[in-house]
Amino acid sequence: MKEFFSKYITLRKHNMQVAWKKAKRSKNCYLFLLPFAVLFAMFYIFPVVASIYFSFTYYNILEAPRFLGFTNYINLILQDDVFLIGLKNTLLIAIVTGPLGYIMSFLFAWLINELPRMVRSVAVIIFYAPSIAGTCYTIFSIFFRGDAYGYVNAFLQNIGVIDTPILWLINPQYMLPICMVVILWMSLGTGFLSFVAGLQGIDGSQYEAGYMDGIKNRWQELWYITLPNMKPMLLFGAVMTITQSFGVCDVTMALCGYPSTDYAARTIVTHLFDYGYSRFEMGYACAIATILFLMMILCNKAIQSLLRRVGT
Amino acid sequence: MSKRKKIEVEKEYKKPMIKRRKPNRSIAGDVLLYIFLIIMAYIMAFPIIFAVSNALKPLDELFRFPPRIFAQHPTMDNFSDLFITMGKSWVSFSRYLFNTVFITFVGTAGHLIIASMASFVLAKYEFPGGKGFFKLATTALMFTGWATQIPNYLILNWLGWIDTYWAIIIPAFAAPIGLFLMKQFMEGLPTSLIEAAKIDGASEWRVFSNIVMPNVKPAWMTLIIFSVQRLWNDRAATYIYSEEKKTLVYALNQIGLGGIARTGQQAAVLVVVMIVPIIIFVFSESQILETMASSGLKD
Repeated sequence: MKEFFSKYITLRKHNMQVAWKKAKRSKNCYLFLLPFAVLFAMFYIFPVVASIYFSFTYYNILEAPRFLGFTNYINLILQDDVFLIGLKNTLLIAIVTGPLGYIMSFLFAWLINELPRMVRSVAVIIFYAPSIAGTCYTIFSIFFRGDAYGYVNAFLQNIGVIDTPILWLINPQYMLPICMVVILWMSLGTGFLSFVAGLQGIDGSQYEAGYMDGIKNRWQELWYITLPNMKPMLLFGAVMTITQSFGVCDVTMALCGYPSTDYAARTIVTHLFDYGYSRFEMGYACAIATILFLMMILCNKAIQSLLRRVGT
Repeated sequence: MSKRKKIEVEKEYKKPMIKRRKPNRSIAGDVLLYIFLIIMAYIMAFPIIFAVSNALKPLDELFRFPPRIFAQHPTMDNFSDLFITMGKSWVSFSRYLFNTVFITFVGTAGHLIIASMASFVLAKYEFPGGKGFFKLATTALMFTGWATQIPNYLILNWLGWIDTYWAIIIPAFAAPIGLFLMKQFMEGLPTSLIEAAKIDGASEWRVFSNIVMPNVKPAWMTLIIFSVQRLWNDRAATYIYSEEKKTLVYALNQIGLGGIARTGQQAAVLVVVMIVPIIIFVFSESQILETMASSGLKD
């Protein structure tokens, strides 16, 4: 055992020396990397660490943080009913809009792939525009206005489905589905662009070889040729989609109000805002952020290992 | 005799006038596809079309019942009203505009330079820690800014940057998506190009600024678009609280919240806010798609 250990240490030492020599030779590389690395560490890595640290404390910016142990997490899960509503809503939204939005992105990219060049670029603009259209989603609050002047209400009354206007954005029953529709409308984002570009880059001769080998229909083409070629883009698109669908807050805040009736449209992120910026309970907010962070990372890892099996 | 034969052979191999259809594609399928796509495109575009036509409606048409989708008598009144309101605000319109332009311009320029420098060495050199760093940056793609917002606020607070432009600008420098896209695109650049320049005695910095950067122009555009989109839409409400440092989008949204009397201006605000990113995208679409072709996440 001892012998093994000392061997391991010498090997380690040797590796370290080699790495150190290499590092010395590539001083320039580090110089180039330095500005980005410093800022990245400061605003992306360190916050995660800080967030985990503060989540175990009571901290309100003015006083020094006081160590609490797991109290914040215990309170979150056992006592904070609103957090549980937020968790449930976020998971619901993520489970519905995440996969659907992802499939929609791929489906549309695939369908427009063989259109003539001009038509395709117009189609890309039309499908991509909602996700970059700023606050355009607030237009849905005009469609779903609660009185008889709301377009959806007016339409449904005219054809006689309902006789009194429905309070779409105030009645908890309808809030989440409407938010999901709006989020789906905006879901053709960066991943969609990546899919469009990736489909264009697939070598045409692979399809010809496929016809020779007896591929009979478009579904076989999709499964045996297109998807395996698209795997890197599929992974990238999944990352973007998951990150987006767990971070929902803009849409629910703009449409259902903040806070919404009975907290029915609360998500984890709006809960975070509530404790962080309204009540300044930074420790508690950091516990929420840490849970959100863990959910995102774990979900990403799980989906990635799943996607690696596509087309094999 | 032999000449005639040759011509006949050539004729046989001449390409037909109509392009042969690919196997596995039928005309009926294509027609169905087109119909489906047109319907979907209409559904996707409808809210945006509606927003634009709403902004062109005079007030009486905005409140008409039953509502119409397209404006009967389109006017630009809403926009001129909006600019009058902006002109009367306590902080002048030009100041808001300056704030947004300053934040967007400096943030994007810094992001472009810093992220390209880092992705150049990550893509083209092998050094200890390089791969690990890139993996870390890819992991950072997996959580949004929301998860790190509170500690970010605390850090900016310690640095004393709260209520300055830097609170928005400096974190934008290190956006991981830019590094990721740039690095993936630079990997496609031939290494021989860099080696040739090195043999000619160019320094590292010259290789970067004179050889690499001019060759990755499509990726520039992509980084610029993504960064501009992010910064243009940044309401900056959490980090900046003095009114004279707030951004244009914030001011516009504030007008939009003015209640029923401002319905017309509200509609105009939506259009003004969304039109800028969309127009930029329309003009740079082909370059963005070129960059995105290398965006895949390889193991």
